[in-house]
Amino acid sequence: MKDNLYQYILGIADNSLILGQRMGELCGHGPSLETDIACTNISLDLFGQVRSYYQYAAKIAGDGRTEDDIAMLRKERDYVNVLLVEQPNTDFAYTMARHFLFDVYHLLFLTELKKSKDMTLAAIAIKCIKEVSYHRRFSSDWIRRLGDGTEESHNRMQAAINDLWTYTDELFHQTEADKAMVSEGIGVDVTKLKAAYYEKVNTILEEATLTIPESKYFQKGGKLGIHTEHMGFLLSELQYMQRTYPNMEW
Amino acid sequence: MITTEQNIDPKLIPILEAVSDPEIPVLSIMDMGVVRSAVFENSIVKVQITPTYSGCPAMDVIGDDIRKALKDAGYKSEVELILSPAWTTDWITPRGRKALEDYGITAPLGVEADKDVLLHGKRLVKCPQCGSTNTKMVSQFGSTACKAQFQCDDCLEPFDYFKCLK
Repeated sequence: MKDNLYQYILGIADNSLILGQRMGELCGHGPSLETDIACTNISLDLFGQVRSYYQYAAKIAGDGRTEDDIAMLRKERDYVNVLLVEQPNTDFAYTMARHFLFDVYHLLFLTELKKSKDMTLAAIAIKCIKEVSYHRRFSSDWIRRLGDGTEESHNRMQAAINDLWTYTDELFHQTEADKAMVSEGIGVDVTKLKAAYYEKVNTILEEATLTIPESKYFQKGGKLGIHTEHMGFLLSELQYMQRTYPNMEW
Repeated sequence: MITTEQNIDPKLIPILEAVSDPEIPVLSIMDMGVVRSAVFENSIVKVQITPTYSGCPAMDVIGDDIRKALKDAGYKSEVELILSPAWTTDWITPRGRKALEDYGITAPLGVEADKDVLLHGKRLVKCPQCGSTNTKMVSQFGSTACKAQFQCDDCLEPFDYFKCLK
């Protein structure tokens, strides 16, 4: 029970950590000042959420590890985020498409997690819903603006959706920890979110004159710690301070 | 689990009212509604604070400032961060709203008006400089997590709008 709960919390938190890191990379590099600030604000929200989860995970582990140890001192294979969130910021369409495809899932997920029997997770979910609703609004706006924009922006956004779509199915895969927590009434049955996810994504894409690609092959592995080639580079930056100055405290 | 009521020992109110929000210095943490309880337990003051946004970087500073203020008043204290019930802009006091506006930040409108403004571009947010509602949103995200950027089309001044959070 304890191990499953710990692993379950990481499964939720790692997504926000890695996506937060990706959004934080835009600090000083956003396409405009406003989007730069927006992306780093979103990153800050995600890191804040992550702290709540890791603090709880550290308490569950009860072996002296802190929230920072959990965030910074794991090896690549020990991170269990979905592949979608670790994909790089190639252009702004790609960044927003990745964020959008995760936001729609994230909000559906949190809306269910709020009903968890675990009071801490339910409280975190309620807090996060307020923030993530705002994130989804932001990314949906950009999907519409770029999708229904110029020929160039439309093509780039459609290309981003086509590329990233292969990572969406993994959102609805269950790990062993997921299954155990669902049976305890603590976890969310992600398999049941799929229909609502497609419906919401489809609605926004239609408004944006974009389409869901007809792909039959989906990538998976992140939830089991098997990541894409981008993950190592991301972690080397995320963990730089702790690797260079071990045990330093902020 | 925890009620939405604040539970603050009257003796502690003046001390806590003197602690300001580090990002909006004109605003006391009490007027911001982030202090949820402050009570004596075995001669230690136990304080519970709640963040406006999960990632609010001011929370650590607020915790330190509370401990220092109470120490200066001769009390030992423990400060705990709680997430439930989640903070809402409704907890900003009328005095807090006035302090925000005097400082140049427009206080949050109601939920529906907020949606009209942020989603449908309606001109309802009042410019804190000239009072005109002929204003437009520049960005949904502002200088801190809790604010959006606006601009007045009459006096042309940019300003912050405190987003509604419920």
